[in-house]
Amino acid sequence: MTTEGIITAKGRVGPANRQLTVAKVAVSQGAGVDPRMTRIVLAYAAFATVWLVIGTLIGEFMGFALVWPEMAQVSWLSFGRLRPVHTNMVFWGWASLGMLGLGHYVVTVTSRVRLHSYALAWVALGLINLTVVVGTLFLLAGVNNGGQEYREYIWPAMLPFALALMLTGYNFYRTIESRQTDEIYISNWWILSAIIWTTVLATIAYLPGYQEGMGQTIIQGYYMHQGVGMWFTPMVLGMAYYLVPKLLNTPIYSYSLGALAFSTQLLFYTMIGTHHFIFSPVPWWLQTVAIVFSIGMVIPVVAGTANFALTARGKWSMIRKSYALPFLAAGIFYYCFVSLQGSLEALRTANLYWHFTNFTVGHSHFSMYGFITFMIWGGIYGMVPHMTGRNPRQLLVGVHFWLAFVGIGIYGVSLSIGGHLQGVSWIAGEAFMESVRMMAPFWLWRAVGGTLMFVSHLLFAYNFWHMLPKKQGEDAAAPAPDETGECEQVMDAAANVEVANA
Amino acid sequence: MLNFHTNARALYGASFAVFLLLSLIVAVGPAYWAQENNAPLPGSRELSEQEQLGQHIYISEGCVACHTQQVRPVPSDEVFGRPAVPADFARFKPKDAFVQAPSLLGSQRTGPDLTNIGKRQPSEIWQNMHLYNPRTVVPDSVMPSHPWLFKEVDTPRPGQTVVQLPEGFGPANGRAVVTTEQSEALVAYLLSLKQDPLPEGSAMGAKKGGAKADDKGGGDLGASVYATSCASCHQDKGQGMPGVFPPLVGDPVVIDEDPSDHIRIVLEGLQGKEINGVAYASPMTAFAAILDDKEIAAVVNHERTSWGNDAPTVTPADVAKIRATLDKK
Repeated sequence: MTTEGIITAKGRVGPANRQLTVAKVAVSQGAGVDPRMTRIVLAYAAFATVWLVIGTLIGEFMGFALVWPEMAQVSWLSFGRLRPVHTNMVFWGWASLGMLGLGHYVVTVTSRVRLHSYALAWVALGLINLTVVVGTLFLLAGVNNGGQEYREYIWPAMLPFALALMLTGYNFYRTIESRQTDEIYISNWWILSAIIWTTVLATIAYLPGYQEGMGQTIIQGYYMHQGVGMWFTPMVLGMAYYLVPKLLNTPIYSYSLGALAFSTQLLFYTMIGTHHFIFSPVPWWLQTVAIVFSIGMVIPVVAGTANFALTARGKWSMIRKSYALPFLAAGIFYYCFVSLQGSLEALRTANLYWHFTNFTVGHSHFSMYGFITFMIWGGIYGMVPHMTGRNPRQLLVGVHFWLAFVGIGIYGVSLSIGGHLQGVSWIAGEAFMESVRMMAPFWLWRAVGGTLMFVSHLLFAYNFWHMLPKKQGEDAAAPAPDETGECEQVMDAAANVEVANA
Repeated sequence: MLNFHTNARALYGASFAVFLLLSLIVAVGPAYWAQENNAPLPGSRELSEQEQLGQHIYISEGCVACHTQQVRPVPSDEVFGRPAVPADFARFKPKDAFVQAPSLLGSQRTGPDLTNIGKRQPSEIWQNMHLYNPRTVVPDSVMPSHPWLFKEVDTPRPGQTVVQLPEGFGPANGRAVVTTEQSEALVAYLLSLKQDPLPEGSAMGAKKGGAKADDKGGGDLGASVYATSCASCHQDKGQGMPGVFPPLVGDPVVIDEDPSDHIRIVLEGLQGKEINGVAYASPMTAFAAILDDKEIAAVVNHERTSWGNDAPTVTPADVAKIRATLDKK
């Protein structure tokens, strides 16, 4: 295993005088970024951003619906119909497209080859958008797949997504096969495996023959859990194994630790879906297996987090000098936090208090937002300027970060406290309505946090637009060398060394 | 020896094979086994066509986002019924080739569990009001109104069921609200939600000995049972709802010196009774099988001594006596 061979930074990074915002490492368009690749990444990210804004606008609306239940008087705006619209849109539209767009770039750049087929990438983008549009329309019309969480799209709507995964998997595999590096970089272990696992998962979840009665619940636990942990988690971790060392201009701390995290993720995570049905009529032994392996998940989580933290050892000051690193740091913090929280929730005692309460809503937002969404933002802010040579306005990136970070904090903490109190109220044997009345202030705080988050998405959309390449003739965007010249040199040095094991 | 670092076929082949194998062990295998061992309870029945339509509407409207239908074997769930067993879900089948078997166990209780809602709240009148606008009967509810399941008409035709709405809740134009095929189906489905009895002698069949009730003193228990089992119709302060649910404040039976009728009505339920010149159509639940003697005595006493009522109280032994006479009938 090679961990040597990376070029170190030339001197210190950063400006001498402090201003309102710290000058960020600016990059010029990286030589050798294929414009065809740039267009693909930008198209994926652009559609992802559209789905993020629409999907979280819907989430915001639902948050207010719990404060003012009379808000919606038409069927397709009711809480029950919008909930799956929101979750599926941010899952398959925002996060999946965001990750896949960045994934295309990471796979090629770490393999040091061009993408096997650009056409396939465009087809996959179209198919996923088709799934989100068709699935959403069906859900609004009240057509869903039996009310199964995260699998509410009926199979004809989900089929294009599965096809897109297969095409992308094939495309990535051929790309990795033709790599110019000796070893398969650890990022690609995660990214292509995530696609393979999710293809298997979607197939198992939608095949009939073992999904009636309790069988269906067993599959549902398996699906809803792997849908998060064998898709989003490995995709963004794969991206981080490329981006964190690159932005820090240092090799990943331990390649072996990455491989350990990978194999334990595969071995443990696959077994724990049933922990969503603790105390349910699902066979008790299956619940116990899920609980045991949930605790086992501490290994890959600690291994992964430690690997990133140790990579950043001695370089923490670089965080404030980068657009992307604050997002990645927040994402990795939430990865560790939310994963350990998830292991804890699987324990029967904790489950007794938190299951069925708003605590789990807080948990799912800590994970899909604090972890996944922040990582994708880190990826976009980290890679897109490198491709287009256009930087976002740093003040607005900062505002985006803080609105989103404070927003998810308010959102998650209020629901965690409220959810815990719900559980306490039920255990105390109070009338059910007590737990509803008690939640009112917490739902209000959730709406406040959600509003900050939503506003940050509008800023992100603006920032993304600002990073798009300028049309010919208005190309005066390159930052003045005297501002950031030194940083630029560092980044260029890093850009030449794409991967730690090269 | 396969080298995962350099051999893409080995790496991704292993990654695929291990995941598939584990998936078969932990999901597909158990699911297949569960489906094969999937006999419904002997006392259960298929949903009627109307109830099936209702179940479909329940799924369409996303009720499962906030309501569970699974009672866990834990004390806090006893209020919802006996612990669920796999056989309770054995009749869940796919609706058609495009939709999988319904997933109604749920993962959230923003609203209460509905496993036994047909037993707990058997009044169609209440269900219609609650679906049209939950705040007609539960002022602090956060559930969405579902007006699209109903229809506004100028003058209800004979045979149409009018939803009885308190002042301020009806349409602004003064038109009447009537039920539709959809609302009727959904209500029929909700009323069909009753746990089937477990076969004699099964381990789970024995009723847990009211652990919750024993933890509590009398007065507190009465208020708690009232809030859980009575307030949704008779309302928080026993004021009822004019013309729909009778008030308990000053009710002749509730303030009668002799508590026998009061206890009997709680045990047996009631429907169509005329009180102070008003006939009440909505049926009242029979609580004999839902509440034990101690709980019934507590709630009867709560009603007899609250909101200005001041009638003699009862003991669990009084309830047991009247329960015994009912059993003989």
